[in-house]
Amino acid sequence: MSDMAKSSVVPERRPSEAEQKWRKDVLKTALSVSRDRQAVFTTVSGTPVERLYTSADLPDFDYKRELGNPGEFPFTRGIHSTMYRGKPWTMRQFSGFGTPEETNRRLRYLLQQGQTGLSIAFDLPTLMGYDSDHPLAEGEVGKCGVAVSSLEDMETLFRGIPLETVSVSMTINSPAAPVWAMYLVTAEKAGADSKKLSGTLQNDILKEYIAQKEYIFPPAPSMRLAVDAIAFAARETPRWNPISISGYHIREAGATAVQELAFTLRDGIEYVEWALKAGLSVDDFAPRLSFFFDSHNDLFEEVAKFRAARKVWAHVCRERFRASDPRSWRCRFHVQTAGCSLTAQQPYNNVVRTAVQALAAVLGGGQSLHTNALDEAWALPTENSARLALRTQQVLAHESGLTEVVDPLGGSYVVERMTLEAERACYEYFERIDALGGMVAAIEKGFPQKEIHESAYTYQRAVERKDRIVVGVNEFFGGNERPVETLGIDEDAASEQRRRLAELRNRRDEAKVRRALDALARAAAGNENLMPLLIECARAYATLGEMCDVLRGVFGVYQEPGFW
Amino acid sequence: MAVMPHRPIRVLVAKPGLDGHDRGARIVARALRDAGMEVIYTGLRQTPEQIANAARDEDVDAIGVSILSGAHNTLVPRICALLREHGMDEVLVVVGGIIPLEDVPLLKKAGVTEIFQPGSSTQDIINFIRNHVHRAEPVA
Repeated sequence: MSDMAKSSVVPERRPSEAEQKWRKDVLKTALSVSRDRQAVFTTVSGTPVERLYTSADLPDFDYKRELGNPGEFPFTRGIHSTMYRGKPWTMRQFSGFGTPEETNRRLRYLLQQGQTGLSIAFDLPTLMGYDSDHPLAEGEVGKCGVAVSSLEDMETLFRGIPLETVSVSMTINSPAAPVWAMYLVTAEKAGADSKKLSGTLQNDILKEYIAQKEYIFPPAPSMRLAVDAIAFAARETPRWNPISISGYHIREAGATAVQELAFTLRDGIEYVEWALKAGLSVDDFAPRLSFFFDSHNDLFEEVAKFRAARKVWAHVCRERFRASDPRSWRCRFHVQTAGCSLTAQQPYNNVVRTAVQALAAVLGGGQSLHTNALDEAWALPTENSARLALRTQQVLAHESGLTEVVDPLGGSYVVERMTLEAERACYEYFERIDALGGMVAAIEKGFPQKEIHESAYTYQRAVERKDRIVVGVNEFFGGNERPVETLGIDEDAASEQRRRLAELRNRRDEAKVRRALDALARAAAGNENLMPLLIECARAYATLGEMCDVLRGVFGVYQEPGFW
Repeated sequence: MAVMPHRPIRVLVAKPGLDGHDRGARIVARALRDAGMEVIYTGLRQTPEQIANAARDEDVDAIGVSILSGAHNTLVPRICALLREHGMDEVLVVVGGIIPLEDVPLLKKAGVTEIFQPGSSTQDIINFIRNHVHRAEPVA
């Protein structure tokens, strides 16, 4: 670690004589006539921002060490040498609601509109490993995503969509392995070659304990499931990302940019360590690890965060884990604009916020992007608002000139200085988490949860004191227009799901289901890879709830320690 | 009619349903506590029965229900009905989260006194609770 820590030291400013003279003569006079609007300026995350950045902020700045050329270590300027000239980022809008039929229609609509990848939102019962007919699913079926309880639902969801050519991202975590098993069987039955499947399984349980809180099992068996998927992908689906290590939810829960960066990458370290302990070798799986970040309002802070993420991850993989394949060093990531920045008041302002956040994601060199819709502080997006969100990306990609130059902010004094500072702060958090015994241990002690809560509370207070202006919320009222319509999801989806599940349970071969579930239970009690067993369960049309019940029986369920 | 309480106002901050998004619930809970109220936080994924029972056992004056999952039309009226069954009609129920405007009348009819949309300030919530908690016995 010492080599990394050394490279992370941010040097003292060394102003030139000319700058010192300017400060004394020009600036002092200007400030005596007209003072700054406030004593200290800070980023959205509360990090102080200087008035001016110059070469003095980057003393001994070594281009090769700090940046490298695009596509070269440490990838600060981007993971590809040509970036968006060859291929723009993938426009991947997260969507899902109601029944699998309804979402299938929305997915096909988005592909027709020029979207280039799919991203599936599942409803809460699915995320928690409950079937649509479970008592705890009442009121939740199809509400914040699509309900998928069985292989039959998965087949309906992807009907008519060519899975060998369209990449599919699935936001599912605690039950990621069984849901992926259903997807793999769906693709197989549609005649797709598993070696050609491309897409991403979120499969990031650590950020669930830290931020989003959709966990089922305790950390150790959850980590085993995550690693099982990673190991299976390394063998069977070479173009698939078996995990998307996510800062998005950490940021949405209230973290600062640096906390998002540090906790996400430290989660990445944890997954690598657990995979190595399971007997994998780093270069067999590290090239398929992917990441997912938030893009908030503060343009320079966000761009610096994205650049620092690539640089830190490259060092981590090369130095901490001795990965030798350059593909293992590359931090590839998806970006979503900040849902937590959307306002219910004056919702059309959200289009502008989202455009600025998308700009940061592109200037930061992301591989794929989701732009939020203007009405999401009220409900899931309508078809119209979802289309406008996609159009926002298309305008950036095709009209703004953004895609022509690789890392256009590279060399900007402020962005380079902020990148160095984000990198340093990230290593400081690594040291604290390492000292706690790693991320699982830190989570059990409540460390990242408490850090995030403090940041969230600090931000809320700043907004309420008007130290931070939120247009239309604490300043600039008037014309409090609302979206003309919001998407309503009635209980029809739930009754349709219950009806279909009842039919499925009647129709399927119960003995075959039982055998597959029993085999899963036996394997779960041992230590073999559970993916092949989950695939057999899916093939037999065992439901997601049934598979998760077996795992709950063997693994137990997690209760969050009280941090309140 | 607001009455000066004879003890600190007791509030149950509740997270019903399967939704794990607790940023808002935790911020509101802390703000209410900082404002001098006694706050009990249920933790995640509580059923309406668990919430109503906790409200009764803790003898609270108000319940703040935080829900972002879209299941409010099912879960919140059930909490209100259970409170009535327990004879706790006087307990103030307020809701915060992602609540489409067209759902507001239904929730108010079910017994919710106020809905706080995204962007609400914690001070507004504190003031509202102070002004709307009903007390059997005023301060002597």
